Amino acid sequence: MAGHKQADLAAIVGISASYLNLIEHNRRRIGGKLLLNIASALGVEPTTLTEGAEAALIAALREAADDTGLSGPEVGRADEFAGRFPGWADVLANAQRRIATLERTIEALTDRLAHDPHLAASMHELLTTAAAIRSTASILADTKTLEPEWRDRFHINIDQDSRRLADSAQSLVGYLEADPETTPAASSPQEEVEAFLAAHRFQFTVLEQAGQDETAIQDLVNSAPELKSVAARHIARTVLQQVAVDADALPIERIRDVIETVGRDPMALAQHVHQPVGRVLRRMAAMPELGAGLLVCDRSGTVIFRKSIEGFMVPRFGAGCPLWPLFAVLGNPGLVVKERVEQLGRGNAEFECIAACEVQSVHSYNAQPLVQSVMLILPAQGLATGPRLEVGATCRVCPRGNCPARREPSILNDGV
Amino acid sequence: MTKHVVLVEDETNIAEAIRFLLGREGWRVETLANGSSAVDVIRTVCPDLVMLDVMLPGKSGFEILKELRADPAFADLPILMLTARGQARDREMAKDAGVSRFMTKPFSNAEMLEAVHSLTAATPTAS
Repeated sequence: MAGHKQADLAAIVGISASYLNLIEHNRRRIGGKLLLNIASALGVEPTTLTEGAEAALIAALREAADDTGLSGPEVGRADEFAGRFPGWADVLANAQRRIATLERTIEALTDRLAHDPHLAASMHELLTTAAAIRSTASILADTKTLEPEWRDRFHINIDQDSRRLADSAQSLVGYLEADPETTPAASSPQEEVEAFLAAHRFQFTVLEQAGQDETAIQDLVNSAPELKSVAARHIARTVLQQVAVDADALPIERIRDVIETVGRDPMALAQHVHQPVGRVLRRMAAMPELGAGLLVCDRSGTVIFRKSIEGFMVPRFGAGCPLWPLFAVLGNPGLVVKERVEQLGRGNAEFECIAACEVQSVHSYNAQPLVQSVMLILPAQGLATGPRLEVGATCRVCPRGNCPARREPSILNDGV
Repeated sequence: MTKHVVLVEDETNIAEAIRFLLGREGWRVETLANGSSAVDVIRTVCPDLVMLDVMLPGKSGFEILKELRADPAFADLPILMLTARGQARDREMAKDAGVSRFMTKPFSNAEMLEAVHSLTAATPTAS
């Protein structure tokens, strides 16, 4: 309640400061004349005071009901519950948010444990060394009359293994402490490229200038500390070449202007600027104001480019959800799919996904074209009016039951 | 009569500790650090017990287990798996492949010896 001391505002609207405090913290519902008076005193619309916090609370309660399978008339009475028992409603909503946060942590850790070869090897090394030390130490402690030859040998073994354990533990801690969101412990060329693109916020102003040649790309690659391997520099060059071609054909400023007149629908934009939909999707992903994510996969379904978006999880290792529109268009050049997508298991965030498949190779007789799919992921706007496609991140952390595309059980449902 | 165990374990120091513990009890311990020759050695030696790591160079413990169980001569041979891979899925795989007992590293010497005694004292049953 910026600009007003709580006591002053309470006095203006004729309530106690403590009651106002309860309202501020969503512990009392606000409505009727009191709502109008407070809104008037603050110079805001009444809905501004009620919609935000209360809607979030009720949404969290409904989510809790959904997740626990609550059915029947009680589901529709979340707002009544919040009104009658605001404290308990807060407790329940906070618990629901906490569960969602923990589930995200589990997803990330499980993904790493299941698919991260470095982590799996490190854990194996730790456990094996610990087993050797435990067994040898027990022999030394428990055997009263141990021959000097055995005793010396076991002392040497314990010394070797304890050094090995210390080194492995140190290495593992270093690996785990590297926050993949901010300081990626790039273990593959693809990850080096992602770190490079993230460092540039996926924007390359120099390539937006017309007529940029290979020199500008080479300079960018050569000056990137993130690109350590030859393979990473090769991949980065390919990505930047695509950016340069796209920027030449459809500068960011041009698409920005067109969005102002025809809106942000990629198909309408593509038709307006006479450019392929795939290019429009890539260009839109490079516009920071849209906050969009982008995935590109090759004909094998391997994700070869990713620009992350909050709430849409793409597994760091292993395959993603086969239901993503990205894969639905694969093998159908020219097909463009637009879906309202809800990714389950991560706070059930919703997105508008637009995917297109493009031919990459030059046409020739009797040759299957090389294709790649591009999917733009935009934060969903407004309430869904049509059907939503329920997808997951990857099967292991997806709670969707009876999914026709499931490859393996989910740890969230089956605990395996 | 001396009992005979084939221990397939690529971690030298674990193998050495087990060799000491079982040797002290009168076992003859044949140690292999590579999975590739394990099945042949076991067929030749016909041991009373096999102790098997899972992640081995040459051939995995699961592969060795399956090959042995496919041979009627070794259908009832007690096989104790010692592994750092303790996930439920690994246990299920081992059970399906016919393991007699599955132990997760790091185990205690007492646990390991108890498993050896129980497996070789009676007809083995999968756990």
